[in-house]
Amino acid sequence: MSDKKNWPLWEIFVRSKNGLEHRHFGSLHAADAEMALENARDVYTRRNEGVSIWVVESKNITASNPEHNGEMFEPAQDKVYRHPTFYDLPDEVKHM
Amino acid sequence: MKQNLYNYILGIADNSLILGQRLGELTGHGPSLETDIACTNISLDLFGQVRSYFQYAAKIAGDNRTEDDIAMLRKEREYVNVLLVEQPNRDFAYTMARQFLFDVYHLLFLQKLEKSKDLTLSAIATKSIKEVSYHERFSGDWIKRLGDGTEESKTKMQDAIDGLWTYTDELFHQTEADKAMVAEGIGVDVTKLKETYYKKVNEILEEATLEIPESKWFQKGGKDGIHTEHLGYLLAELQYMQRAYPNMEW
Repeated sequence: MSDKKNWPLWEIFVRSKNGLEHRHFGSLHAADAEMALENARDVYTRRNEGVSIWVVESKNITASNPEHNGEMFEPAQDKVYRHPTFYDLPDEVKHM
Repeated sequence: MKQNLYNYILGIADNSLILGQRLGELTGHGPSLETDIACTNISLDLFGQVRSYFQYAAKIAGDNRTEDDIAMLRKEREYVNVLLVEQPNRDFAYTMARQFLFDVYHLLFLQKLEKSKDLTLSAIATKSIKEVSYHERFSGDWIKRLGDGTEESKTKMQDAIDGLWTYTDELFHQTEADKAMVAEGIGVDVTKLKETYYKKVNEILEEATLEIPESKWFQKGGKDGIHTEHLGYLLAELQYMQRAYPNMEW
């Protein structure tokens, strides 16, 4: 217990309502997945924020390197034609 | 005033009040941020239950007393909680062992109280059962983690269970109010919970690879208002504001 530096970090995803997707809420320390779920329940859903929780040990997430942001993301900035905003939609079509 | 019903409600609520106060002491002092929040969440659940009980008791009393008067302005001998819940937070193993030994009882008790003829008590029980089911899961998990953990955590958890075992039997003692309320179909016959309680507790202890204490000597007194030396200090802190500034509000 006192050596909680050994507790791995977990990323917490919470679904706020049925029908919505899980969103990243934050991270916390726990000895294993079950404890991570219980801790997440107490840390992130005590104000009625959720109906479902996912926990993933942080080391299992592969993240993009911020140093590569230029090549990764900047080329998309000037390609507005990739948004489907140049079509005329009939009024009958909703929720596009 | 229905004196027996009033006393009966206090007998239920005082356990949650004193345990809630004990857990509240960990606010900002828990062994980790996550367990700190978990313990104070449990504390708040218990205080929420206490409010429902004391509001009902105040109504039964029928004078001007309020839920706060009942919580804050009684003397030590007028509190009828079991000795188990007033024991201090010696270490986290002790805190979880105390919680677990109470939670198992608490859940069994509420499941019976839900069937009470008294609709208010039944409703409070229904609401509390979900909360207490989680408390029991949380504390039971910690019994297993620490019991079946490292050599040090096992020693600490075994010490805690051994030290607190002597307070478990009192949970199943009947007071006069208990007997009267059982006769009316309002109260829970706690003597009938005992077998299931020890069966459940022993199962978890075995799973946690802990020894089940063999001691047959048990402490009692809390239900009659005769407490261990720890309760006075707890009440001093609980009651300080109301005693120093009577009728204060915020």
